[in-house]
Formats: sequence, C-alpha cells, structure tokens
Amino acid sequence: MIEFDTISVRFQHKKSAVDAVKNVSFRIEKGEIFGIVGTSGAGKSTLLRTINLLQRPTSGRVLIDGHDVTHLQGDALRTLRISIGMIFQQFNLIHTKTVFENVAFAMKVAGKSSAEISTRVYEALELVGLTDKASVYPSTLSGGQKQRVGIARGIVNNPQILLCDEATSALDLETTDSILALLQEINRRLGITIVLITHEMEVVKKIANRVAVMSGGELLELGDVFSVFASPLHPFTQSLVNRTLNLDLPTRIVENCKNPLVKIVYNGDHAEHAIISETVQKFNIDLNILHGKIEYIGGKPFGVLVVQIVGEHAEAEQVLNYLKEKTYKVEVLHG
Amino acid sequence: MANTNYTELIDNLIVAFNETFLMCGISLALAIVIGIPLGTLLFITGRGLFWQNRLLNLLGGFLVNIIRSTPFVILLVLLLPFTRLVVGTSIGPVAASVPLGIVAVAFYARLVESALHEVDKGVIEAATAMGATHFQIIKDVLFPEALGGLLRGLTITAISLVGYSAMAGIVGGGGVGDLAIRYGYYRYQTDVMIITVVLLIILVQILQSLGDFSAKKAEKK
Repeated sequence: MIEFDTISVRFQHKKSAVDAVKNVSFRIEKGEIFGIVGTSGAGKSTLLRTINLLQRPTSGRVLIDGHDVTHLQGDALRTLRISIGMIFQQFNLIHTKTVFENVAFAMKVAGKSSAEISTRVYEALELVGLTDKASVYPSTLSGGQKQRVGIARGIVNNPQILLCDEATSALDLETTDSILALLQEINRRLGITIVLITHEMEVVKKIANRVAVMSGGELLELGDVFSVFASPLHPFTQSLVNRTLNLDLPTRIVENCKNPLVKIVYNGDHAEHAIISETVQKFNIDLNILHGKIEYIGGKPFGVLVVQIVGEHAEAEQVLNYLKEKTYKVEVLHG
Repeated sequence: MANTNYTELIDNLIVAFNETFLMCGISLALAIVIGIPLGTLLFITGRGLFWQNRLLNLLGGFLVNIIRSTPFVILLVLLLPFTRLVVGTSIGPVAASVPLGIVAVAFYARLVESALHEVDKGVIEAATAMGATHFQIIKDVLFPEALGGLLRGLTITAISLVGYSAMAGIVGGGGVGDLAIRYGYYRYQTDVMIITVVLLIILVQILQSLGDFSAKKAEKK
C-alpha cells in the first residue's frame, strides 16, 4: 500500500519557482492497478518519482506499507528501490549490454549470486516472452520488445510495486495493447501493485482499477475507473473523457438541427436494455442516431449515444423525461 | 641540398619513432589513468548529477582550462623545473613526457566529460531507480555506455600527442617531429622532411582507423 500524505514538490529555479505537485494526498491499495492521468506538466511524473524517491518531496510524506520512506538515505534507500520496479517511456535499457545482461544488472544491484541470476533472468524473460532474445543487444529489438525487456528488468527482483512512467506512450496501438495485457497478467499472476502514469485515458480504461486525475500539480478527482468515466466530476476530467469518447459532431449537423438533440449516457445495466426501440414504440416517434459508442470498462458496459428526437415538441419533452428515467444521464445538446 | 645517407636515416628514424612512441605512450597512459577519473569527476559533480558539487566542479574545470589554454610551447618551458624535479632531468623523451602527459590528462579529461554527457540520462535514472550504487552506475552504466566516445576521445588525444611530441623536440625530447625539423628544416634535407611527414601521416591514419574500429565495436549498435 502506497500513501501520499500532503505531498508537494517545488522546483526552485534562479528567480522563479514551479510547484509541480501541490498538496496531494491519496492511497494506492496493495495489488491494484492504479492509473494517474493528466496532460504533460500535470505533475504526475513527478508524483510517481516520489514513490522511489527519484524525486524527494519538498513537503509531505510517502508511506509504503505504513512506513515513512520520505527521508531514507544510502543503503536503506537502495533497499527500497530494489523492492520497487520501474519502467520508462523510452525503455532506458543499457545499449551496450545484451538483453540478458540488462535484466541481470538489476539482480546484480540487488546483490544476488550469479547462480541465482542465471536462472531467474530466464524466468523473467520467459514471462515477457523474450527467452530467444537473451543474447542480443537492445538496438536490434522493436519498441515493444524493448519495453518487454524493461518489464523483465522491473520485475526480476520480485518487487512489491511496479512503477510505469508513460510505458506505452512511445509505442504504436497494437504494441500498446500487448504491453498492457502483459502488465495486467503480471498484476494478476504475481500480485504486484502497478502504478502507471499516462496522458492517454485509453490506457487507464483498459487496465486500471482506479484512477487519479491530475492537472496543474493538483489532484482533481479520484475513483474507480468506471465511475470516473461514467460521471466525471471535474470539467478537466470531462474533457479528457469526451476526448476518448470522441463524440464530436460536425458543427453543420448541430447548427442545422431543427429537432432536439440529446446525448444519452448509459452505464451498467441500462446499456444491455433495448431502450431506444422501447422509446420509439412507446411514443411513436423517430429517434435518429447521429453518433454513438459503447465501451466496456472493467467488463461493465458504458455507452454514449447522440440522438435526434423527431416528433412534436410536447412529445419530445415526454421522451426526454422517459429517457432520463431509464438511462444514466441525458444531456440536451441542442433545441 | 645535402646528400642523404639513407642507412643513417633509417637508423635515425628507428630511434626517433621509438622516442615518439615512448613519449606518446607514457603521456597516453597518464591520460587514461588520471584523465578518466578527472573527467568522470567533472561529469558527476556537474549539475543535476549524483555527486553534484559546484566547488569541486568549478575547481576541476578551472585547472583543466588553465592547462588547455596555455600554448604548449610555453607550458613546456614553464614546467621545466617541475620536470627536473620529477624525472631528474629536463632532456630526453621521458622528460618530455611530463609536460606532454599533463597536457594529455587535461585534454582527455574534457573529452571524457563530454563522452559521459552523451550517455542517455534516462539510463542513469533507470539504474538509480534499480537501487544501483554510484560506483555501480559508473562502472556498469556510464563507462560501458560511453566506451565508444571514450575510445574516440583517446584517438583524438593520441593523434594530438603525436603533433605535440614534435614540439617536445625543442627541449631535447627527440622523436620523429624533432628529426623532421633538425634534418628537414635546419639541414635543408627536404627528402628527409618528406619521408618523416609521410611516415607521420601513416602513423596518424593507423591510429585513426584503430580508434574508429574499436569505437564502433564498443558501441554495439
């Protein structure tokens, strides 16, 4: 369990100071996959680095399993770092060492014997599916393979925690999916707590259990991924979610629309009901679907439809009320 | 033009090359033994690195700059008392190796520093995050990652030393450059001059190729 207790990080420059993280407090539970999202400069990367003290907080405490680690130094700090794996956006492999040597280095640092290293490194490489690449140099690997080496290196010492710093941001979509699947498998099989930071809501949506949204160094909101997606509270989160749902209609359609235009948000149970056809039958109107998407977050459906209600004005009012009753949220976009 | 006795010339060349090799060898060895630690110190005491120490960094940098900004001929003369103190004489290739070595150390230290600067900061961060000690980071990350640059720097240093060693002839250091000046210039034996220059060009070419080859091999890209 990781706990941030009123963490602030201030970068002091010659004349000005930047508050990268402002008074952030929250907990990450053991065994969960926790996402921290935000745009660049939101302070998420700085916050992540306070966990293994690559960045010392200016004020506040970081607690891991109840122990205050904020002021660890020397060997105690190194022992802490050995128990926390970390992977990076740019993979950060040692170019002049083979895949095997890269992973082995993490164990050497942990003071493991060479006998132990030679067996355990192969186990880690097997987990990430790279045993056949053990003796090649990183430059011959693809981005996805490099990140797999990074993951093998990150977990080889059986850490409690794996920190992922934009681990998929340098990868294409397909590779991103396979890396995320691997992280999920590692979380399930080994019970490692995963903390990942990303600017992509997609990543969080795919694997995280809970998510914290940061902007300008502040924690805006925090909750399980489904509820943050289904009902984002903060305008910033709303815009993030909207961007991933990508429900922008061409302005031509919105402007020329004579009938009421509504956005219907379903979640959970609603999404599996035939609400649209029920409404059409009940009120004898037409619902013209202009845009829509149904996503499954953590196995729970979450859908958004933009429909045009074609009918009399009084009817439209009733339809709206009916929809409001039957779905999670209805938002009138126009008319 | 005076007549050239070629058997004598060959003998002279062999002696001269031996002296050049001795001077360059000693100073290059000093460059490796002292220049690498000094360059590493300059790097790790720099901004944002794990031994950040402004005073040490400025002091080291200043020392290196003094040596590097003093013209070699002047340094050669300035260091005469020191050379006499260390070697017991100020004449001969071993004596010439003292100022040459000092220049080589300062020169190579800067090249070491810049080679280390080329190492991906992310890789250093990754090693820090793993819990590596500073010594492990230097030994297992910085040096292997910078090896190509270190070897290229060493090549540049070696080639510069060949050039500087010619000047060392002024204080009686001997060597190929000295031979070229004495016979080729003072005695107007242009053929001797040309032969030694060609041999020096070949020597430099060999050093460069050797350096490029080993650097490429070290980079593993």
